[in-house]
Amino acid sequence: MGRQIYEAVVDGILVGGVYGLMAVGLTLIFGVLDIINIAQGILVILGAYLSYALSVHLHIDLFLGLLLTVPAMFVIGVAIYWAFMRPLRGRERTSMSLLASYAVAIIIEGILYWIFSPNYVQLNAWYVISSVRVFGFYLPYIYLFGFALAVALVVVLYMILYRTRFGRSVRATMQDQTASRLIGIDVNRVAAVTFGIGVAVTAVGGMVYGATSGGFNPNSGYDLISRLLAIIILGGLGSIGGALAAAVFMITLESLVSIWSPNWAIVVFYAALVLVLTVRPSGLFGRQGVRLQ
Amino acid sequence: MTALLRAERVSKAFGGVQALSDCTVEVARGSITGLIGPNGSGKTTLFNIITGYERVDAGDVYAGDRKITNAPPERAFALGIGRTFQLTRIFPRLTVMENMLVAAQHRGVRRWHNPLARAGGQADRRRATELLEFTGIAGHAKALADTLSYGQRKLLELAYVLVADPEVVLLDEPAGGVNPSLIQHISARIGALNASGTTFLIVEHNMDFVMGLCDRVTVLDYGTVVASGPPEIIRNDPRVLDAYLGTTEEDDDAPDP
Amino acid sequence: MTPAAMTGPDPVTATGLLRRAAAWRGGGALVLLAAVALFPLVFTNALVTTIGVDTLIFVAAAAAWNIFSGYSGYISLGHAVFFGSGAYTVGIAARDWQLTGNSVFALLPLAAVVAAVVAVPFGLVALRVRRHTFVVVTIAVFFIFQLMAFNFSFTGGTTGVSSPFLAWNPGTYNDPFYYLALAIGVGTVGLSWLIRGSRFGLQLRAIRDDEDRARGLGVRTMRVKLAAFVISAFVTGLLGGLWFYFISQVLPQSGFDPQFDLSVALIAFFGGLGTVSGPVLGALVLIPAQQYLTEQFTNDYLSQIVLGSLFLGVILLLPRGVIPTSSEKITSWRARRSGRLAAAGAAGGAAAGAAGREDPR
Repeated sequence: MGRQIYEAVVDGILVGGVYGLMAVGLTLIFGVLDIINIAQGILVILGAYLSYALSVHLHIDLFLGLLLTVPAMFVIGVAIYWAFMRPLRGRERTSMSLLASYAVAIIIEGILYWIFSPNYVQLNAWYVISSVRVFGFYLPYIYLFGFALAVALVVVLYMILYRTRFGRSVRATMQDQTASRLIGIDVNRVAAVTFGIGVAVTAVGGMVYGATSGGFNPNSGYDLISRLLAIIILGGLGSIGGALAAAVFMITLESLVSIWSPNWAIVVFYAALVLVLTVRPSGLFGRQGVRLQ
Repeated sequence: MTALLRAERVSKAFGGVQALSDCTVEVARGSITGLIGPNGSGKTTLFNIITGYERVDAGDVYAGDRKITNAPPERAFALGIGRTFQLTRIFPRLTVMENMLVAAQHRGVRRWHNPLARAGGQADRRRATELLEFTGIAGHAKALADTLSYGQRKLLELAYVLVADPEVVLLDEPAGGVNPSLIQHISARIGALNASGTTFLIVEHNMDFVMGLCDRVTVLDYGTVVASGPPEIIRNDPRVLDAYLGTTEEDDDAPDP
Repeated sequence: MTPAAMTGPDPVTATGLLRRAAAWRGGGALVLLAAVALFPLVFTNALVTTIGVDTLIFVAAAAAWNIFSGYSGYISLGHAVFFGSGAYTVGIAARDWQLTGNSVFALLPLAAVVAAVVAVPFGLVALRVRRHTFVVVTIAVFFIFQLMAFNFSFTGGTTGVSSPFLAWNPGTYNDPFYYLALAIGVGTVGLSWLIRGSRFGLQLRAIRDDEDRARGLGVRTMRVKLAAFVISAFVTGLLGGLWFYFISQVLPQSGFDPQFDLSVALIAFFGGLGTVSGPVLGALVLIPAQQYLTEQFTNDYLSQIVLGSLFLGVILLLPRGVIPTSSEKITSWRARRSGRLAAAGAAGGAAAGAAGREDPR
């Protein structure tokens, strides 16, 4: 039993790190654009299918393939922003963006079904199959590689945000769009690039998810987006650190509960969100909201 | 006689910034009390605490003898404390008349009424129209509030707070960003309401406005009261000039941007 | 003779314009109602009447959703919780109490009550948070309910609950469902109209515009929001119950269906959020269109892509919905015309201008 708990915790942390990366993309988009990108889940699956196509048809290694899929997802993200998010204006913008991105998700899901059929597929490589003994038990290499890559990318994102001029613009826009416009920041460009970055991380998330989840199909996008949403709300919307911590916390919790019952694990996942919000409406790590908006 | 409204030794910090420390402000029944002080001295925070939009760290708020510390906004209003906001907050997608009816019927005896009855009975509409006429925007009653100018919004906000006959009205910069002729108008309306029994607590940077209208002025600086008294005394109090960083009062005539 | 006098007994005033618009609206509603009521008598094809029942269920569901989300501005993507609860309630009750035949319709009020009861704790938790967080909490609660339906034994797990089809004449099998859905729809739209003009509705719309300001004017926002949420849930649960008998089966993924949440929201957005007639119009246009598309494309995925594109087009091209956009166009056209007629009278123009800014219904 103790051993099972130990394994569940290690597993939760490693998988949680990857979820953290995907959630950071989502929460970053929210922070800058005040948009929740419901399509994030299906975009992860799209990323997974891109890796799948590259590895099956062109025999390109999964990690090497990221050099192609990450820029591709970035471009897709920017395109989605320009075509569907930027035109939204007015008071209902927030709700409209939710529905628009939901519609984008439905379209992408339909396209993926059409091309790849509903059959489950899995990404394969030597590091998916062979295991290594870590922390006293066996794990496929991909868990370690994926976690390491996710951590590295989060560090890179952090450096971009806090060490570059562009990052300063992003953070300024997150705090006050109008003021940023006034001091000469091209908010539209910042928004487009942020959306691109937020979507680009799904290429990595998708590759690792495709290799570790034991099979995926276009419908897996719903499962992903609902978890990611729960994570970023729990972490406090717009909080990058919060998203990371919440991802590790939630996935570990789920992993622990599934020792007892895999069916109820995911229920506990959402119930934890609802419970936490009852006590702290702004999430675990979000700033406590002021009543005066 | 106890004050109509009293904030007693109230403290409030935001992060490391002490917005209010040990601040005591009283508003006498029937008075027009001015609350002045430089930007960031805690005036709006005090308003927010009295009307339930912020919680105190320490201290208490009393309405008459009743302790209302940390009462939520709807309760503060039910107790007869109405307020306006520095940046006016109206309901943009309701008509001006509908704005007026949101606040109606909240005072007095509560009896059961049909929840699905049309909003605003005869009496409510008559009262609302009276107040709109009183503030001078009755001609816009059927327009969406969104279409009002900034000055008209200020008047609407004043009008709909008055619908429920509050005992005391807290005005946050009623003259801010408003043209001089409208300032005259607003000032006259406040005077008339006060004459008929409404008490006011007013935050304002326009010194002529405050000194001309108020019968008592309290000066805040760094979250504490530095002086309090009749306008003619306050006008010449060196501590007040000091609080305004050595500037003369004439320089402060310009409304805050 | 002044130009204004030429318009006859109805002078060009804001009141005149509004009264005439109200008469048009009332007349249009009656004509529409008559057409919908006669529909199954003209089109007896079961495929067509099935689309009719679906459409009317969505008319009522979107109107019910709009009573809460449209008026309060709290976008719920979890109303399938109430729909599913209603469907499972009648399904389980009929199974366990071994009710068959027409008596099962007596269970419909129970479905509505169960959904309303579910809405109380759901609302008490979810309505503490706002905007995006609220939306996500409703999604989370939705998934909890779907997963519970999958995992509990009394819900039948993945096989769900089913009942034998009612022993009715196959030729007119859909008609009772059609008229029941129509009655619920008319009732809901009527309720929506009453609420919109009431003090309760005014408070809801004040919450939509500025919730904190509304609290500062004494509106007990939690109570108001919760009441609207429960009313909305009640109707949605009733529809869920009706739908269960219509298809005689409920599965976790069909009772608690994310597409249902999205559809009611898009219908209301398409017609005009927070208007009385918007959700009706939205459902009458979108549901038949969707069903038609599904028929047209043998490829399911292609119809999904077309449907998504249709929704996206609606959002991008008609961001405020058909009713608000068109009513604005009509009033501004009328204002221009009456402005020309009453060219001399500046007052007429001003009054028409004020009417042009009237909130669309």
